[in-house]
Formats: sequence, C-alpha cells, structure tokens
Amino acid sequence: MYQYDDYDQTLVNERAAQFKSQTERFLKGELSEDQFRPLRLMNGLYIQRHAPMLRIAVPYGLLSSRQLRMLAHIARTYDKGYGHFTTRQNIQFNWPKLEDVPTILSELATVQMHAIQTSGNCIRNVTSDHLAGVSGDELEDPRPYCEIIRQWSTLHPEFSYLPRKFKIAVNGASNDRAAIRFHDIGLQLVRNDHGEIGFEVLVGGGLGRTPIIGVTIRPFLEKIHLLSYLEAILRVYNRFGRRDNKFKARIKILVKELGKEKFTEMVETEWAAIKDHLLLDLEEIARIKTFFQPPAYETLADDPLLAEKTAQESQFGAWFRHNTHPHKMPGYRVVFLSLKTPGKPPGDLNESQMDAIANLADRYSFGEIRVTHTQNLVLADVKQADLYELWQRLKSLELAAPNIGTASDIICCPGLDFCSLANATSIPIANGIQQIFDNLDYLYDLGDIRINISGCMNGCGHHTVGHIGILGVDKKGEEWYQITLGGSSGKDGALGERLGPSVAKDEICHAVEAIFQTYREQRLEDEAFLETVRRIGIRPFQERVYGDN
Amino acid sequence: MEIIKDGQIVANDWRHLGDDEALPEQAITISLPRWKNEKDRLLSLGVPLGLRLNSDDPIEEIVDDLKYFSMIVLEFRQFTDGRSFSLARLLRERYGFDGEIRARGDFIRDQVFFLSRVGVNAFEPKGPQNLQEMLPALQEFTVKYQAAADVKEPLYRRRK
Repeated sequence: MYQYDDYDQTLVNERAAQFKSQTERFLKGELSEDQFRPLRLMNGLYIQRHAPMLRIAVPYGLLSSRQLRMLAHIARTYDKGYGHFTTRQNIQFNWPKLEDVPTILSELATVQMHAIQTSGNCIRNVTSDHLAGVSGDELEDPRPYCEIIRQWSTLHPEFSYLPRKFKIAVNGASNDRAAIRFHDIGLQLVRNDHGEIGFEVLVGGGLGRTPIIGVTIRPFLEKIHLLSYLEAILRVYNRFGRRDNKFKARIKILVKELGKEKFTEMVETEWAAIKDHLLLDLEEIARIKTFFQPPAYETLADDPLLAEKTAQESQFGAWFRHNTHPHKMPGYRVVFLSLKTPGKPPGDLNESQMDAIANLADRYSFGEIRVTHTQNLVLADVKQADLYELWQRLKSLELAAPNIGTASDIICCPGLDFCSLANATSIPIANGIQQIFDNLDYLYDLGDIRINISGCMNGCGHHTVGHIGILGVDKKGEEWYQITLGGSSGKDGALGERLGPSVAKDEICHAVEAIFQTYREQRLEDEAFLETVRRIGIRPFQERVYGDN
Repeated sequence: MEIIKDGQIVANDWRHLGDDEALPEQAITISLPRWKNEKDRLLSLGVPLGLRLNSDDPIEEIVDDLKYFSMIVLEFRQFTDGRSFSLARLLRERYGFDGEIRARGDFIRDQVFFLSRVGVNAFEPKGPQNLQEMLPALQEFTVKYQAAADVKEPLYRRRK
C-alpha cells in the first residue's frame, strides 16, 4: 500500500497542528459556531446526539495492521471501546471529546492517517473496489489512481468550499463493486478500440434525498488527462452548482437542470482550456503503481484437501462458500470478516477485535486489511491451507457469521440511536430482520439479497439501491418505515421502487418476511431475488405485504 | 484602515465607491454594474481603478476590460461561498491579470492560505480583525500537492 514520504507526512502533521489551533480558537470564543462548523466538518468532526462523532479516512478502504492497532488504541483511550465502519469505507467513533480530537489527530498522523475531508462541502475520501488487485475480473488495479486523486484533492485550494459534498469512486473490474453510478464522479477503467486503457467518466450519480443514476459524459479519457478533466468538472460545479438550496446543491442537480449535453459541453470547454497545463505524467503513475505491487505470493497449487474439509465440517463449508471469494492466484483465497453477526450493530468492531484482526492480518494476509462499502472487512491474500485455522480464530472473535452477501449481511446507518439527523432507529431493525433466520438453511435458500437500511432520507444506509431498501420516517413522532424493492448499486444500477405506504415499527420485520415468502413462491429455478423482482414487478409483493392487514 | 498585501500590513489607499456616490479624485473601486454604465466617464477620471466582483459575476464578459484595472476585488458575502476561489484562478492563470487581487468581506483566517494559493495577494477582512494574527495563516502549510496560481507544477513534478 502507499507509504508516505516527507511531503505527505509533513502535510498531515501540519493539518493536525492547524486543527489544534482552530479548536483552541473555538474554545476561547475567537471562532463562532458558524465559522467553526465547516472547519471541523472538513476534519470529519460532527456534533451528534450524544457527543461529537469523529470520522477517520481510510483511503479507498485500505488499512495496514499497524493502522488498525492505532484505531484500537483510539477506541480504547478516547472512545467507549468500539468503532463503526461506514459505507464509504471509513471508520467513525461516536464518543470522543472535542478537546481530545487534536490529540487523536496527532496520534493518527504517526501511522499515516488523518480525518481530512471526511465530511464538509469538499472532495471526500475516494472509494474503490474492496477486491482491487486480487480479483480475476479486473482490467487494471484502480488503487494507484485513487491515491493520485487523493493527493490531488487533499487541501485543494480551489475546491474546498464547494456547494455541497463531492464523492469520487474508481472501479477497475468488469463487475462494479464501487457503486460508481452513484457517485458525483464515477471512474471506470476501460480499454478503447486501440487497446489503450483509460477512464470512462460518469457524473451526477448519488443517493440521499434525490437519488439519481450517474451518466457517462466521456466514454474514454486518457490517463494523462485524468486530473485536468476532474479539475474541469469541479470548476464547472464550483462556479455553477446551486448554492441557494442545500437540498439542490449536489452536482447531480446541476447535471439534471442543465441537461447532460449542456453540462458536458461546459466541462469539455473548460477542459480544453486547461488540459495541456495539467498533465498526469506517466512516470508519476508508474511511481504510484510501485506501492501497489502484488505481495510476495508463494507458488502454490489449489489446496487439494479443501473440498474434503468443507464437506466434512458443514459449518466450515458454509463459511467457505459464503465468506470467501476466489483469488486470482492459485492456492490463495479472499476472506471476508463479517461485521454482521446477528444481534450486533452492523459495521461495528470493538477494540480487542481490532487488535486481534491486526494480528491475523500479519499472520495470514501480508499485514493488510480492507474495508468494504457493505461494512465488512477483507483479508485479501490468505493461503487456502490456512483457511481452516483462520476460520476457527475468526469464529472465536465472532467475526465468522457465514452470511456475506445474504439477507443477514445488512447495510445499516447508525440511525436514531446515534445520529442527530435520523428520524428512526435502524440498528434494531437490522437485528430484527437477522432474527428471522433462526436456521441458516432458510437464509441460504433466499440466496443473494442486499438489504439496506437508512434512518432518514439522507440515505447513509444506501436504502435506495438495496434489493430491499428500508427507510425510516417520522410520522407524528413515531418511527415508520418505507420499503423499496429492486434497487442495485452494481453494473445493473437501479433505484428501488416504492412498495406502498410506510409500515409501523412493529410490522416491518413481518413485512420483510412476507417479501421473502413471495419470492420463494414466485421464483423460477435458480432465479435470484433481484431477477424475480425485475421479472414480476412489485405487485405480487404489494399484495402479500399489504393484503395481510 | 489597514489591509494585508503581499505578506505585509499596509495602509489601504483605495476607496470602495458605492453605486450612487459621487466620483472622487482618488483611487476607487466600483461595482460591475457601475463599470458597465459609466465606463467612459470612469476612464476619463485619470485615477487608478479597481473592479469589485461578486462571486456570481460573469467574469468572461469583462475579460477585455481587465487592462483598465489595477485591482480586482473579490467580494465575500458569505465565507462558505467558494466561487471566488475559481474566479481568482481564472484571473491569474487564464486571463493573465497581474495587478492586485484582493479578498474583501466575509472570509476567515482559515481560508487565507487557500486564497493565497489561487492568486489573491491582498486581504481586507470585514469588521475589526487582528491582521497581525492573520499573517501567519499565509504560511499555514508548506506542502502543496496541486499546481495553482502560486506554483506552476504539481508536487509530483517537484518531489525530491
């Protein structure tokens, strides 16, 4: 992974020092609430329901074991002993004291970490594919470009006071695991007719209040023009994006109001004026790529005993089938650590688990850990021969729930329990749905189902792109839930369709069960949930959910 | 009144003239509407002229007039409005304006470093401000990843 040199380290140190002085000025009354707000947000600090919430950047979801140990230390020392991984591959702590935050940032800086631009109206942490570099369906590793974009966007002098937040995702595989259609800018590595690799550029996707699928404004962009093209898009957005209404300020609204053609023309005109002045040198790409070379894999054959072991021990077999993924190298396997153990808050990890995972990463996976946008962790480079031992260790850490990709692997925001924006709780709903599956055969029979839960329409739980989306709403002080069906964040990106009126809190799990039942009755052989929804539409589900009442 | 200019605290010798104020015989700045309405009269005064631009003023329309101005004032009505950061870069990098670019109004100390990077070289904050305390903000960071109005090459071309 990328290693800081003196420049990167100095910048992060200087940023920590700057925030220390900003916090002091605020506490002394020299900065008003209104002045301090954007400054603290640009350092990931929210004022939440119980305490400040600090969001720390995990650039494109990549962590070293040393960094994870630091996160464990922070959870232990400054928080209540746990942290929460987000859908943007970051981690947030819910209980730090404002006065401690400058110290936390200084400690983070010692392991090349920071909270820069994890919130606020600026360019946020760049996200990517959690299987980058290890998956067989990859055209090129997206992470070097993520790092190049990270550096370009860090403390960008022109684009730090944008109309609204700005999110960029990069994908290098044929499957889209980075949800690029739902980002302000999505970049897809593609090969053109001449065999050159460059980027397809999508703009204007996003979730939140007005979910929109991004559109392609340039089918092929040469790598050398990556930064100038981003700069052109950002300049058009910074100058012409709406600032009169916070809810219409994202770039998706600008693209929609101008129309794709007009917006594209404005970007291309701007780009023509700057493209020759801001070239991304191929030498620089090559330099950054050296940090993302494959680790020292051993020459191995696929483990001949694996089939036998998975057959002999059904629990191990279930875990292997659901929580591991093929690796491009023979003899290796990608391992998912489920942070969706039924009954636990989705995406949460306590400090002793963090330390233990850091040790497991050192022992089994070259000391690296990845965060997925579905709020799980990945050890990407595990020898097949080590899988059984690793599984046993993960089991004792409660990180081996064999449910990755199933209806129990729920994306969920912190909800009303923690977040001051939320209208309704989300964690108890996730746990309630998990309880439906008292036996795993039922869960596995349902196959791949993505359930996403948000506690309010800001949509941090990405409910609009869940196969089943659940959105908490406030109805006269009571928590109600809207259900959508048929959403997807992948290559077949789609927004879910609303099933009907919202459902009371004590009815929501029952409604979800009715959806499962309808699927089981209606599916054709081997048909996945999303395919069934797309084939038969939402009516049969409506009849089942609302007909019961 | 004093301002910061080129890293120093200096006296402000410009008068920001309202749209209906009489024309004095000293260096003045005027709004874009006044410039459009009274261009010939203003030019005949023979005093240094500065143009005040709001963040949403269409800069492309006055490119040919930039030669008449010794100074462009970027008016900050709200410090969270980042449009003037783009205007400053366009003035410096695209239109080659080499006079004074002054930030005026509701910007804060914590934006001074970014403003200096996009081409602003003078600072006139609103209200009572301790300019002495604002000065170090010009050097808040020593590392600059991006090319902008201050450095022509991105860090990857300058890395040693």
